[in-house]
Amino acid sequence: MTEKSSARVVVVTSGKGGVGKTTSTAALGAALAQGGEKVVVIDFDVGLRNLDLVLGAERRVVFDLINVIHGVAKLPQALIRDKRLENLYLLPASQTRDKDALTEEGVAKVIGELRSKFDWIICDSPAGIERGATLAMRYADAAIIVTNPEVSSVRDSDRIIGLLDSKTEKAERGECVDKQLLITRYHPWRAAHGEMLSIDDVLEILSIPLIGIIPESEEVLRASNVGSPITLNNPASTPAKAYFDAMRRLKGEAVPMLIPTGNRGIFDKLFGRKAA
Amino acid sequence: MNPLNLFRRGSAPIARERLQILLAHERSTRSQGDLLGVLREEILALISRHVCFDPDKVQIEMDRGKFVSTLAVDIEIPNATPYFQQRIM
Repeated sequence: MTEKSSARVVVVTSGKGGVGKTTSTAALGAALAQGGEKVVVIDFDVGLRNLDLVLGAERRVVFDLINVIHGVAKLPQALIRDKRLENLYLLPASQTRDKDALTEEGVAKVIGELRSKFDWIICDSPAGIERGATLAMRYADAAIIVTNPEVSSVRDSDRIIGLLDSKTEKAERGECVDKQLLITRYHPWRAAHGEMLSIDDVLEILSIPLIGIIPESEEVLRASNVGSPITLNNPASTPAKAYFDAMRRLKGEAVPMLIPTGNRGIFDKLFGRKAA
Repeated sequence: MNPLNLFRRGSAPIARERLQILLAHERSTRSQGDLLGVLREEILALISRHVCFDPDKVQIEMDRGKFVSTLAVDIEIPNATPYFQQRIM
């Protein structure tokens, strides 16, 4: 790529589905934009797009990533500017075409064009290890691996880390994609009682640095219900604060890591259980 | 894996132990798979510069031992002309 590369390309990936990639992409993208950074989030889940829905832009999609790759639309025509955050843009995935429509050259061209116009390019990877997932990570400078503290998610994350170390352009050049772990759907009570893998367990097994811990929260569901990133919808909530901290770590700031302890629920109070 | 741990410390230690064993295995087969593929490609490219052989009649195996590993390359080369002949590149 001969263009001036100013943007940092970050892939949000996991292997396993349903762990919170899209929610995290929306939250981190919005958090960066809220801090004045110019951000584009790209949905790579061709056929099953959802980032538009989580961002509340589903009715504004006219052209998509595949249209741009195939020359049907120009990049500025496909980019959707967020109505609340003027620095946040979305490049949606196609809903109808087949997955082979995504080509390596096409993705390289789109990312190359975006690099000179944005500070951050955040690629929301589809689940799995097929074409969409490998192309989402292909040109990444950094990767956020979203993991739930649960056996199948940790196993798939390990596999994805292997791919990041071998199948990315950076890896092929002999460099290393900067990998960081985002633990989502963390239940402090379960972890404290030995019913859920602890943060230390997951970190020891995957041995990559931690970028954040997002506690399980109904606020996250509420935000996606209304189509607004959690950092925008309820910035004071615990998960939003965790995403803001993760965003600052992504920017390279040193932010102390707080392991969520959780508020004591009604059952805990009734039975005298204490959250750690 | 003591089943009593279930009552005492929850199921997380079991999850952790199972993952550690599984991932140790998967990581070793992953790297071995890549290595064998590369070795196979390069060895076949080298041999085919000098002799003709049927690529289907090639066996490459790696046996990992605790202290020593062995690489076995078995290539069937037909020795009646015109199959066995020197190639001029």
